[in-house]
Parts: sequence; C-alpha cells; structure tokens
Amino acid sequence: MQDDAAQNQTLLGADELVLNMGPQHPSTHGVLRVKLKLDGERVRGTECVIGYLHRGVEKIAENRSYQQFAPYVDRMDYVAAVSNGLGYCEAVEKLLNVEAPPRAKVIRTIMTELQRIASHLIWLGTHALDIGALTPLFYCLREREEILKIFEKYCGARLTTHAFRIGGLQYEAYDSFEKDVERFCKDFERRIQEYVDLLTGNSIWIGRTRNVGVLSAEECIALGASGPVLRASGVKWDLRKAQPYAAYDQYKFEIPVGTNGDTYDRYMVRMEEMRQSRLICLQAIENIPAGPIMGKVGKVLKPPAGEIYHSIEAPKGILGYYIVSDGTTQPYRVRIRPPSFINLQALDKMARGHLVADVVAIIGTLDIVLGEVDR
Amino acid sequence: MADEPKAPQSPESPKPDSAGAKSAPPTAPASAEAAPFPAAKPAAPARPAPPPPKPPVVMQIPLDNDLTKRYREQFGAAILDAIEDRKQPYLVIAATQLAEIARYSRDVEKFDLLEDYTAVDWPRREKRFDLIAILYSFPHNMRLRLKIPLAADETAASLVEIWPTANWLEREIFDMFGISFNGHPDMKRILLPEEWQGHPLRKDYDILQQDTAWVRENLGIASGQ
Amino acid sequence: MSPTLQAVLAFVQTWWVELVSGVVIVAVVPLVAGYIVLMERKLMADMQARLGPMRVGPHGLLQPIADAVKLLIKEDIIPDNADKVVFWIAPVVSMTAALTSMGAIAFGPAFQVARDINVGLLFVIGVSSLGIFGIVLGGWASNSHYSIMGALRSTAQLVSYETAAGLALVSGLLLAGTLKIRAIVDAQQHFGVWFVFLAPVAFFIYVVASIAETNRAPFDLPEAESELVAGYMTEYSGFRWALYFLGEYANMIVVGAVATTLFLGGWLRPFPNVRWMNWLDALPALFTAAVGAYCVYRAGKQPVRVQTWFMWGVALACFVVALILAVPLLVAPLKFLVPGLHGAFWFLLKISAYIYLFMWLRFTLPRYRFDQLMHLGWYILIPLAIVNVLAVGVAMILEMEYGWNRWLAMLLTTVITLATALFLLRLNDKRAAAASSAAPPPEEPSTEDSYAG
Repeated sequence: MQDDAAQNQTLLGADELVLNMGPQHPSTHGVLRVKLKLDGERVRGTECVIGYLHRGVEKIAENRSYQQFAPYVDRMDYVAAVSNGLGYCEAVEKLLNVEAPPRAKVIRTIMTELQRIASHLIWLGTHALDIGALTPLFYCLREREEILKIFEKYCGARLTTHAFRIGGLQYEAYDSFEKDVERFCKDFERRIQEYVDLLTGNSIWIGRTRNVGVLSAEECIALGASGPVLRASGVKWDLRKAQPYAAYDQYKFEIPVGTNGDTYDRYMVRMEEMRQSRLICLQAIENIPAGPIMGKVGKVLKPPAGEIYHSIEAPKGILGYYIVSDGTTQPYRVRIRPPSFINLQALDKMARGHLVADVVAIIGTLDIVLGEVDR
Repeated sequence: MADEPKAPQSPESPKPDSAGAKSAPPTAPASAEAAPFPAAKPAAPARPAPPPPKPPVVMQIPLDNDLTKRYREQFGAAILDAIEDRKQPYLVIAATQLAEIARYSRDVEKFDLLEDYTAVDWPRREKRFDLIAILYSFPHNMRLRLKIPLAADETAASLVEIWPTANWLEREIFDMFGISFNGHPDMKRILLPEEWQGHPLRKDYDILQQDTAWVRENLGIASGQ
Repeated sequence: MSPTLQAVLAFVQTWWVELVSGVVIVAVVPLVAGYIVLMERKLMADMQARLGPMRVGPHGLLQPIADAVKLLIKEDIIPDNADKVVFWIAPVVSMTAALTSMGAIAFGPAFQVARDINVGLLFVIGVSSLGIFGIVLGGWASNSHYSIMGALRSTAQLVSYETAAGLALVSGLLLAGTLKIRAIVDAQQHFGVWFVFLAPVAFFIYVVASIAETNRAPFDLPEAESELVAGYMTEYSGFRWALYFLGEYANMIVVGAVATTLFLGGWLRPFPNVRWMNWLDALPALFTAAVGAYCVYRAGKQPVRVQTWFMWGVALACFVVALILAVPLLVAPLKFLVPGLHGAFWFLLKISAYIYLFMWLRFTLPRYRFDQLMHLGWYILIPLAIVNVLAVGVAMILEMEYGWNRWLAMLLTTVITLATALFLLRLNDKRAAAASSAAPPPEEPSTEDSYAG
C-alpha cells in the first residue's frame, strides 16, 4: 500500500489520496480490489484490479468433455450455481440440437427461480450489511436456508449443485418437492414483508440509496450492464420474456422496472423480482407435466461442428455461453459471458463524484460475485 | 487438475506443437477427422454417435436475407461471408473495416448492445484468430455475430468508442489471446498479472503451463500445481 | 517515622476513599464492559433469529472472560511505519479519559465513586471528551489511510455532536440549577418529576448526540466496518485494541449515567414522592429473585454438569442480592440502607435500559453517510438545541416571574421547539432535494481514461 501510494503520488495530483479498497476488505464481496482516487472523501476516479480468483475456467473447458465441464460452471457464480448450470446445459443442448423434455424444463424453471430468490437474498443481506444494517442479513440467510434445503433434498448438494444434466435431469423430483416449494413460497410472502419493514421506508436507507450510483438507460446499454441494473434504469427487458427459454413462456409474471436508475430503484426491482419468482414457482408446481426427465442424448456427446451462443437471464444479468464445437467430444472453445464482470465495468461511471461510503453501496448494488468476474 | 491425462490440447494434436505435444499422450481419440474450421467446409460427422433422430446434416448454411443484403450493399467486399449456424446468423467480416461495420451496426441496424466480445484461436489456419462480437438489438430482439478473422501479427480497431463495454472485453482478449486493439484507452492485462508471460487461451498454451518465473518470484513457490 | 512516609500516610488518610474507588473502577469496569458486550451479542442474536455465544459456560456466560484472555495473549503488532510512542499512548489516553470521567458519577446516593465535586457534570463531560485525543492520535500514528480517515471522521463527528449534547444538557441544567450530581437528582425529587418529562426535546437531542459521541450505529462512521474496515482501530490488535474497546464501552456507561442523572431521575424510583406507590420498593428484590428462579429452572436443563452447577451459582448470587435488597425493607433497624441499595439498583436499571436502546438502534438501522451525519448535526440538532435552551429558559421565567403553571409553561415551550424541529426538517429536505437535482455527480473530464477501469 505504501509503495502504491508513493508511486501514484507522482502520477496524480499531490492533493489526491489513493485508497486501496481490497482485496482484503469487508465489503468488496470477495477479492475485488478497487483503487480509489480520493479528494478528501470524494471519489475522483476508480480503477478495478481483478483476477485474484482467476481459475481459467474457459481453458479447463477445452480439456474436458461436455459433461465433465458442467460442474465447473457452478463454481463461477457460486451463489447462483443452478442458473449457471441451466445456461450451460441449454447451450450444449442447442449445440446438439436436442431438447429437454417438458417435465425437465418445468423442474428446471422451478429450481432456477428458487435460485434467483436465493441469489437475491444473498445480495439483499450483504448490501444491507454494507450500508450498516446488520439484521437483514440473518433474515435473508434464514430464508435462503429453506431454499438450500430443497436443493439438498433434490440433488444432495446445497451450493454448487450441478442440478441439471445435458439433455434434461438426472434426478426425478423427490416426493414432497412440490409441497416443499409451495410451503416455502407461502411462507416467503410474509418474510419478504419483514425486509420491507426494515428497509424500504427507512429514511436512512433511502438517504443512503436514493440518487446514489445513477445510471441512465443509455449508459446501461452502452456499458453492457444487464439484469436488474438495466431494468432499474427503466428498460423493460428480460430475456425470460424476450427470448423465452426453459418453460418461461408458460408462466405469467411481470418485469419490474425502475425510473431513476439509482441504488434505491435497483433495490426495489430486485425485491419485486423475488416476488415474481415466487409467483412463477407457485404457477409451476401446480402443473408439472408427467413424462421422462431425460432427452435422447447419448453417453458420449459429439456435437456436430459449429458454434452456438445461448444466453439466459441469470439473477445478475445476461449469462451467455458461446461454444464452438469441432465435432469431438470436447468443446473447442467455451466463452462465458459473465454478467458480474460486465456490470462491474459500470462502477467507475457510477462512483465518480460520490463519497467513499457510496462506493460501498454501489459495489453492493451491482451484485457482483468475484468467482464470476474472474472465472 | 492433471489427474486425467487423456485429452489432446487441440484437435490438431498430431502437429508437433511446442507445448501441446509435451503433455498430450499418444492415445488421442480417433475423432481428429473433424474440420478445425467449421465455417469453411462444415464436415458433417458421418458416424451416428450424436443421438438426434435424423443424422445431422450440414449445420452451417449460407445466409442471404435482407439484413445480409443491406450489409453487403453497404460494405461490399468487406463482408466475406454470411452464414447461419443452428438458426443463429453470423457475418464474417474483414478486420480492416471493423470499426465502420460496428458503427453501422449500432447506428443503422440498431444493434445497440455489444453482448459479448471474444476470440477463438485456430492455430493451423492462415488467419489464426477469430474475433467474435455478439451483438444484440433491443428494438428487433435479435442477435448477430460478427466474426473477424485476424492474423497473429495483426491488430484490430478498438470498439470502445462505439460500445464502452468493449473496454474490459478487449482487455480480456488481449490478456488471453494476445490480440491488441488500436485506440484502446488502456491496453493492458486484466485478469492475469501485468508481468505474466504468455496468453493462456491460445491453443499452443498447455493447460499445465504457467509462467513459472513469475510464480516463483511473486508467490514464493516453485510451482503453482 | 520518616517524613516521606508520614506524608504518604497523611495522603492516604485524606484520599483513601478516592484511591479505593479508583482501584474499584479499574478492576470492575472492564468486567462490566465485557458483560455488556455479551449482552449485546445475545440481544443481537435474539433479534436476528439465532443463538449467539453458547459455547463458553452456560449460554455463553463465560464468553467475556474467554475473549479477554484471548486478547491478552494475542500477538502485539505495531506497524513498521507507525509512530511507536504515539501508537502506544493513544489507546491509553482513550481509556483513561473514559475511566476518569466515571470518577465523578454517582451510582446511587451511597455510591458516589469519588467525591461530589461542585462542577460534577461538567467534569464528566469535559474529561470524557478528552478521549477523542486517543482516537485522533491512534489514527494518525497508525500511518494508514483507513486509520487516518477514521480518525478524521471521528474528530469531526465528536466536535459536532458534543455541541448538540452540551446544549441539550444545558436545558436540563437550567431546570436543576446546579452542576452537582447529587443536587441534580435532589432537584428532580424536589420537582417530583423526572426532567425528561419537562424537557423531552432536550432528552431526545441528548440521546441522538450521545449515540454519535460514543461512535455507535447508526453513527458509527469512524469505525464503519464496511467502509473503513475498522477506522482508527484498523492497525490495532490484542490488548491495545481491547483498551480502545474498553474505552468505548466505558463511554457508553458514562453517557448512560449522565442521561440517567439529568433526565431520568438518577437513582430515584418511579414516582419517588407518591406514597401509595411505595410498593415499588419491593420491585428490586422481586426482580432479582425472579432472575434467580429462572436460573434454577434452567439449571436442570443444562447438558453438562458443570453448567448446572454454574447456573445454580448464578441463581444463588441472584438470591443473595435479592436478600440484600429485601432485608432493609423488612427489618426496621436497617431501614437507613434502603435509599443507598435501592438507589443503586434503580440507577443501574436505568443505565441498562439506556444502553439497551443503543443496541436496539444498532441492530435495526443502517448507517448514515458522513455528509448526512454532518447535516443532521449542524442543520437540525444544534439549531434545535439552541431553540430548546431558549424555550426552557422562557418557560422558567414564565413560571417564576409570572406564576404560570409549570406544566403549562413546559408544554408551550415544547410545542414551540417541536414546531421548530418540523421547520428545520422541511428546510433540510428542501436543501437535500435542491442539492441532488442541481448537482449530479461531477463528471470528470477524464483526459486520459486510465481510471476508466
């Protein structure tokens, strides 16, 4: 830190302070390092230093078979592993030109929506903790635990689930699956009201989030920011509606949008998304079609040469997979479009002119997971 | 990581690559007959291994719709090819016209989101790299891929001016493939350390390879494995 | 006998009460602070749907001792670039100030720690605010960005909120007419009412300002974990860190004691002058007995025998205390002990309630941002406190010179102050709205975009 400061002293004006936030810092959500150029407490510029968690996932993909690589994608956005898996499996299915059976699609949809709720809960808890509210974190973890229990009952794993297989599912939904999901959804409505009571109307919360980190819709699109960040800026766009995948075309749900594109709007959008996910789950469990859960795929996957790009609406934004096949059992190239990585680019734009405390709020509101940023 | 000594590093593993050949055991799967360049001559695997009911026909079909016509009219010879692969269109364009085509795509064709920007390495091809730009249009709700063949010593025009989101994406391409971009405001590595030698996503970079000197110096261990 | 020894003996003879008190403070306060921390953790756990410390002793009752031992045997780290002497002195300054200010506080009529100096309250406030030197020096000496920013924030915050707190206290002192701790409480007995009911706005201002002064959430910016890691304490570890921590909790006790003394009737029980409420005197004994009974009830449910014994021990202690509290009530010759013993009980109960309020706020509220904190201090609390002082003064003149009913006068002035508060809040909202619409975050004309990231 001392060295960095001395080095930057010559590059920057003498009255500017360079503060290293991270990689060991309570609120950078992992190993993000942000160099803050400060004038007093006001941020004059930021520079993200990332890559501390780089594991070369894309290189690993080139040396694994299609099925072997599937568990690796869970380790990118590890708080939304199911979503990662869904994107990858669907991408490979498209590459193979097969389709998962309807029953698998519906179960996938339920799982993914539960995962979206879980991911948003983690976001809400840590975001609130960053802004100084201690208690919501524990309430959020309490609800997330219920979701993880459903995952555990379904596939034995809680965090990195590897819940889906290419072509469908490996496991049939367990006996009380619908009942568990329904119980959670019924309960969750009341729980979400607790967060609303704690935060939504709180004047300190509003003061800390209103007009902080504003992004206009144009800026969002130019910077590639997607997901709730984009929607909070007023763009009513969701891949689940725009290009439906899995079984999303069968369910009714709203796309919540914000108006100002500030941190408070992103908070409101994500809260509403949780409610909508809950509604999707409730609709889906009413009618899970019977039938097989695995499509017709062989034991050895050899997609015909060619390439595919498939993207889904992960909890954090557009999660895309660009896969090139050369006709062998291993992908020739797998490119993952990580929503966190691209959303994080907006940090500089959002943080300039704000105070140090706001940088923390902005990092929180971007909802990044460093496993996905660095891959 | 090294517990599975099975896969060759690239489909053309018989070729004596500097690094790739070292770890690739001779027991390469007998499936190396696939064409490494799918766009040129899509070789349909003759074997019935893929399970779809009909044996897959040629996945890549030439594309000639209104969109490609407009592009061809506008840029003529710079549009090298227009192909549809599994119902997803892509244009192969010349690197020299990249900036103009990108600007046209954004302003006229309304591809306002650069969804992703990456590269693929084809070491045996004359133009070694393919830059892949995945564009999305909000008004038309459709995607278009631009594929830009690039020789190893060539540089591409930076798209940061057109889509600011290209900033980090180009840095990542530079980091992983060593392709540098003209006019990028901050052309340096993003995920790997600044002093790292080599570009890991190139096909001649073995999966076990690393910058041993850097690891020893900075992490104080003999090897990262 | 040598003259030196004689002088020493004379000194001890004159000052033995103070000396003993000093030893008691230094010995007892750390333990009390430790148990306040335990209480805080338990309460937090309860509000957050979890259990809190459960491992060390039954229900984690020995946790503070384990924590203290851990802190004492931790490696003592001094950063290379730190100013070693200042780094060493700073936490000591902080804690000394906090402990010294306790000297003048009276925990009941019989438990005045040092003596009842005639500038009692002023002494407490003055000495306890010296603690800021420890924070500033520590932050500066650490030679770290986070530390210095925490120290600067702390200084600005304390200077701002000390003013508001001081003015709020002045309102109370106007009513009491004295700075002597004992006399303040006597005045409340004489009035027959706690000052909090006569000057509610002043009490409210003092509560807010004292939270800020003790660096507690939602004003814990100097050590805001999510922003500054640990603020001025970032580079401290082990025992030095414990000193800061101790100072902070001792400060909480001090502000709680000041608020209790001035606004909450000190060691008086509720309705001190109402004869038919005398049954309240039995409450302390019953309360402690109830706690003891609960311990007995829980003792059988402990998983380990040691824990059962421990619970029995706690229950026994509770019963002994209950007995001590009850005997003077029942035995006529010991009647003279009642004010002292029960006074201490009530005083501690009130301080606990005050500290509980602090904790409750901490678990519930998000943190203010620095500029918002300053706005609240300078644009709302300080003007409001000034108006309140004037209003209380006017009310007293109305009462004394013009013979108004005291309650009527106080009601009138409180209404005036509240109206002022509303006006200030409106003004502040307008200012905030104007600021946010007029000044979007200043865009840097970034020439070379090396920080675009």
